This record gives sequence, structure tokens and C-alpha cells, in this order.
Amino acid sequence: MKILVGIKRVVDYNVRVRVLPDGSGVDTDGVKMSVNPFDEIALEEALRLRDAGKADEVIVVSIGGDEVQQQLRTGLAMGADRAVQVRTGESLQPLSLARTFLKLVEREGAELVLLGKQAIDDDNSQTAQMLAALWSRPQATFASRVALDGGTAKVTREVDAGLETIEVDLPAVISVDLRLNEPRFVKLPDIMKAKRKPLDVVTLEELGVTVEGQLEVSHYAPPAPREKGIMVEDAAQLVAELKNRGLL
Amino acid sequence: MSEREIMEYDVLVVGAGPAGLACAIRLKQKKPDLMVAVIEKGAEVGAHILSGAVIEPGPLDELLPGWRDEPPPVCIPVTRDEIWLLRPGGKKTRLPTPPQQKNHGNYIVSLGATCAWLAQKAEALEVDIFPGYAAAEIRYTDDGTVGGVIVGDMGVGRDGQPKDTYMQGIEIHAPVTVISEGVRGHLAKQLIARFDLAADSDPQTYGIGMKELWRVQPGKAQPGLVQHTAGWPLDSKIYGGSFIYHLDKDRIAIGFVCGLDYADPEFKPFEAFQQMKHHPMVKDLLEGGEILSSGARAISEGGYQSLPKCEMPGAVLIGDSAGTLNVPKIKGVHQALRSGMLAADHLAETGRAEGFDAKLRASAVVKELHTVRNIRPAFYKGFWRGFVRAAVETVTLGKLPTTLRVHADHGALQKVSEYTAPERHWVDRTLPPRDRLASVYFATTEHDEDQPVHLQILEPDVCTTRCTTEYNNPCTRFCPAQVYEMVEEDGQQALQINAANCVHCKTCDIKDPYQIINWVTPEGGCGPNYQNM
Repeated sequence: MKILVGIKRVVDYNVRVRVLPDGSGVDTDGVKMSVNPFDEIALEEALRLRDAGKADEVIVVSIGGDEVQQQLRTGLAMGADRAVQVRTGESLQPLSLARTFLKLVEREGAELVLLGKQAIDDDNSQTAQMLAALWSRPQATFASRVALDGGTAKVTREVDAGLETIEVDLPAVISVDLRLNEPRFVKLPDIMKAKRKPLDVVTLEELGVTVEGQLEVSHYAPPAPREKGIMVEDAAQLVAELKNRGLL
Repeated sequence: MSEREIMEYDVLVVGAGPAGLACAIRLKQKKPDLMVAVIEKGAEVGAHILSGAVIEPGPLDELLPGWRDEPPPVCIPVTRDEIWLLRPGGKKTRLPTPPQQKNHGNYIVSLGATCAWLAQKAEALEVDIFPGYAAAEIRYTDDGTVGGVIVGDMGVGRDGQPKDTYMQGIEIHAPVTVISEGVRGHLAKQLIARFDLAADSDPQTYGIGMKELWRVQPGKAQPGLVQHTAGWPLDSKIYGGSFIYHLDKDRIAIGFVCGLDYADPEFKPFEAFQQMKHHPMVKDLLEGGEILSSGARAISEGGYQSLPKCEMPGAVLIGDSAGTLNVPKIKGVHQALRSGMLAADHLAETGRAEGFDAKLRASAVVKELHTVRNIRPAFYKGFWRGFVRAAVETVTLGKLPTTLRVHADHGALQKVSEYTAPERHWVDRTLPPRDRLASVYFATTEHDEDQPVHLQILEPDVCTTRCTTEYNNPCTRFCPAQVYEMVEEDGQQALQINAANCVHCKTCDIKDPYQIINWVTPEGGCGPNYQNM
């Protein structure tokens, strides 16, 4: 079985993100970029499944300009067998990403797609779900536990009410959450080995994907600064202040 | 413990700063077939380095002719120099610019961004650069020669036990290791002791440099303006001053350096930095702006007298691991680049460390240090006598026959019972950051809390006994990141080490009066994530 893992190049989670003065976007100039943390967890899970003999090949995929090759090489260094870059200069929205993943799934004959539950830059949490729908296959999202058994996967999902365990037939799409695993460190010699692993480049045209953007971002703004609070002396003052603000 | 995996290189460079990267680049330029690796503990190249910085481009022109056609991302030609003597009560006096501070032809850069830019050039020449891996220990061959490094283990818990993610560090073997860890490198510290490299030199002396990158209100920054101040908020017995470098895009790099040989045990370097920002001249510039980034790093001030022997069997020291910064210029990058290139030339020619020290001492690097060797030590007698002697040394081009001795910083701290601080006329503060914790936020420093504490206290009893009575625990004040705190635990005073705050500046290792703080590398990839610093 082949597992396809999507990884996205995002602003590193440590970076203090800054909105551009004109509100048109976020300042990514000279900023550290990394693999989306949830995608790393997805890749780690794929590697564990392969190492346990449940899969034969882990293919790591990223969609973007040539800069994403840095993240793909990190994926290969972690242990992926092959990497594919879908080269595009455009920034794709989830529906177009899902369409692209579908073409890759068909091209590779993958039976399992593991994705991060959401990217930490746009927090959409849509691509996995849309891919499953386009593929007409089951989805198991926010996975904190995955167990493959023959042609099915038992997935424990983190939901608002707690944990929910479902069983889905493969092929399927699984999106992963924080508690699924802790990604392995990369050994230095593996970084060198990764340089020799295959990294294929394809274009959206070659895949036959038409990009459609339904959403247009109008404005970015930083969150409003928190107003200074006041300290109150006693309960009576608390009540008075709440009343003054029309909250009581 | 299983046998560690081994990788082999012809030359291993420890630290991806300007010295290390210049060495790697030059090595590949001279001998393209050499296998050269650079190992760097920061998560990416530039993450752990900061500096003002105004650089002299000469060595860059030599290393990378044509660099001006595609310069590093932050690179502003200097337009003007100003030197100010600040005085209490918001007063200031413009001083004439001494020759060492005439910056015409120089560039204001971000050292971190410049290192990332140098790293790209190095990779284009097929240098293997490994950010995120810490050289934890030296690997010695059977005959005691330096034979490479042992990379730190990763995934070790706070209790020292392996976690699920445990990964043993590999060994990197190389016939020559280039130590370019910067100021007070922990491997350099061990090597200098082991090979007695400082036998014929004075102890190294340091300053702490603290820096903030600001975006100010449009129109306030004058790109290319280089300002330095001395005087207030320091008193005449503490060496130091500030820099204010005006960049592009409404950005200002502002920072403060103070010599770590200060005597006042209650002194707070971070507070002095914040005070300086509140002088009306500076406050006006910063008001209404926002902090983009902040950080701190020790700087090397000993110069010529403190330069150790820079070679040992199997390794060389370059850059500020040796201590090549020119203090009156407050510039070390051009010296670091030069020393790196010199080491590369030597290694390309001979393949061994032996002979490098002699070449360094005959070079422009040390010649420059010699010319200014008496300026910093002149200030041991206070600001005004230092100022006068500095002027004399400048005018005589350092050719006077005497050489002042350099003292160690940790011995300079006086006991609380013996020292009375002068009135410093410090003011109430309104500009951010409010305190060290707020400042550390902007350093975006990150350490997995579940790892061994990387600040080793070699005699922990001293902290709650002798140090409290004698010095009132100065570590709680000189650390710019508030790593050290005295807290109450079960009715007793105890030292709490907030290792996760550490910005790897090395001040504690330097200034601790008992020299019982030993800084070692935490897990690779931890620490600050400086951007454009």
C-alpha cells in the first residue's frame, strides 16, 4: 500500500507573525519557514505504518514554488521514500489543493492519504475533508489514534465532546491532530541520504488541475490590543463597575 | 549505549557565524574537492547571532567579489556618524567623531541575515551546513588530538533519561576542526583549559550586548544614520554605551553594551539599556513604534592581550572564539571574516592546524588589535581617564611602547558590603518592554522544557549561602532573560533556573564571581530564533 502525505511550507510556529502595514498580508520577508507541525505528525504516522509493515511506500508531497523543496527534503530526511513537488507560483485555496491531491492520488495509486488537520498559517482545516468528498472516499479527521487492520482503519478522533472512535474502509483520507504522535528527530546522516532520494516535479497543467479561487482576502489586521483592566477593591466596587459598563 | 554513527569530513566547522562561514567558503574556493561541513546549534543559520551591526566591507570584497550586486537582504550604506555624550536630566553633548567611528564606506547590516546569505553561498559551493544540531563535546583521538565533535543526544528528558523520541547524537570525525562558536564558546572554553592555550595571554574580558529591533513611526528613521552614545545612564565607573543604527523600512536597530567588569553587585545591565531608551533624544525616536525583535549576546573585549594561542593539535580557534573584535570600532565581523579566510588559506595549504597561530599573529587581524590594544583597558580607571588615554592611543596609532594588562571580569565584582553605587539619575519607564520577561518574548527563544537544564551549577550550595551574603545573587540581575530567580521553597531560599528563557548570551558563564556556572549546549535547534538581528 502506498501512503501519500501532504506537507505545507508555513511560517515557523516560533515566529512572531506581523501584519504588513497596509493590511495586505503577513510579513514573510526573511522569516523562518518550516513544515506545518501537523503535517510532520502525519508524516511520522505514515513512516510508523510503513516501518510496521502496513505500507510499502511513503510519498511526501508539497504544492508550491521551488522553495518547498527544502521542506520536501526534510520529509525525505525523516524517512519518506519519494517526494513530489507540484510546482506552481500561485497560492492555492483548499478546493484547488484538494483537486490537486486527488490527481496525485490517482497518479500514484495511493490507498491512504495522511494530512495535517489544518495549516497553522490559514487554519482552514478544509483540504482533507474536501479531498475525501471529491474522491468519494471516507474521511477520519482530527485523528489522535490510528490503527490499520486489513482493509479498514480504526481512528480515534478528538472532537468537542471528547474522543470518538470510528472505523473507515480504505482507501481513505485521515487528517491528524497533535496527540497522535511525536515526530522523530532527523539523524544527520539521513539528511545526506535524503539528497539522493528521488524528488519529482510536476505542474498543475500536467496533472490536469484547473485552479479556481472562490475566496478573495480583503484585509488583514492584527488583533485589537487588549485594553488595560482595573483592579477592584471589593465586591461592591465590582458590582458598581459592571453596572457602569451595562453588563449587569 | 550503542556505538555512535560516524560521519567523516576533511574539515568540520563548529558554528555558522561569519568566521565559520567565511572559512568554509574560502576552503571550497581554494580546494573544491574538500569535504567541508558546518554544524550550527541554532534552528537555522542566523537564529542565534545578533550584532548592531556596522561592517567594514573589505574582507567581503576579498571573499566574494561582486557581492554588492546581490547584497544580503538588510544592507544600508552608512550616510552619517554621530557621537553623543548623554547626561542626566535629558541633556546631551555632541562629541567629535573619532577616526575609529568614521563609517564612511561601511554598511549597516543584520548579522543574522548576512549569515543566512553567506550560508547560501557556502551551500552553492557544496559545503554541507547542518543547522539544528549542537556540537556537545569534542571527540578526541587516541593520542589526545582533537578529532571532530560528538553531536548532542536529542530526546533526553529533564531527568537525564531517554524519552520515546530519543536519538543518539552522531560523531563527526575530521582531521581538522575549526572552532567558530563566537564569544565564550563552550567547546572553546574546554579546549583553552585542556591545551592551556591562555598560558601566555591575559584573561579574556567581555561586555554584554543587548539589542532591540524596532519599527518606528514613518519619517523618524534616517536610513544610514549611525549614532553612538556614552555617558548616561551609566556612571563613570561602568564601561559602555549604546548604538542606534537607522535601517530601511522604518526600522531602527538599537542596543546597549556594558563591560562585564563592572563592580556594582546590584547593577542591572538590562535596566541600563531600557533607561538609555528613555533619554529624550532616543525616546522621541521610539515613541509610537513597536518592537520587532530583541536579544542579547556577550561581546569579546580583551583584544590583543587576551588572544589565546589559536591552534592546538587538530583544531583552530577563529573569530570571537579567539576574541578578534576591535573594541573602539565596536566591530568584529570584518575581523571574524578575515580570521576565517586566513584559517582556510592555511588549512588548504597545509591540511593541519599547526602553524595557524603564527600566521594569525602576523596578519592584519592581530595588527589591528595591536593598534587599539590599550584603549579598552584604559577605562579601568573610569570614563574620563579612559577617554583621555584613548585619545592619546588613537593619535599615536597605538605605537606607544607600553601595553596595559587586561583583567578578568568575574574578579571585578565587589561585595555588597563594600560597594556603594553612585546616584545614576534613572527615570520612570514607559516604553516597552516592561521587563526582562516581556523582552524575552521578542527573542522568540524556545527550549523543550523536558530536557536536562543546560546551565550547570558546579557548587550549588554556594548560591543560597555565600553568594547571597557576599553578592546578593547577581545572576538574578545580570542575566538579560531572567533565567535565574531566587524563590522561596519550603520556607527556604532556593535558586530556580528558568532554562527555557535562555538566549545563549553566555553572560552568566562569564560574570558569575565564583565561576561555578557552566553553560553547555541544550538540545540542538533550541534557543533564540532571531530574525533580522
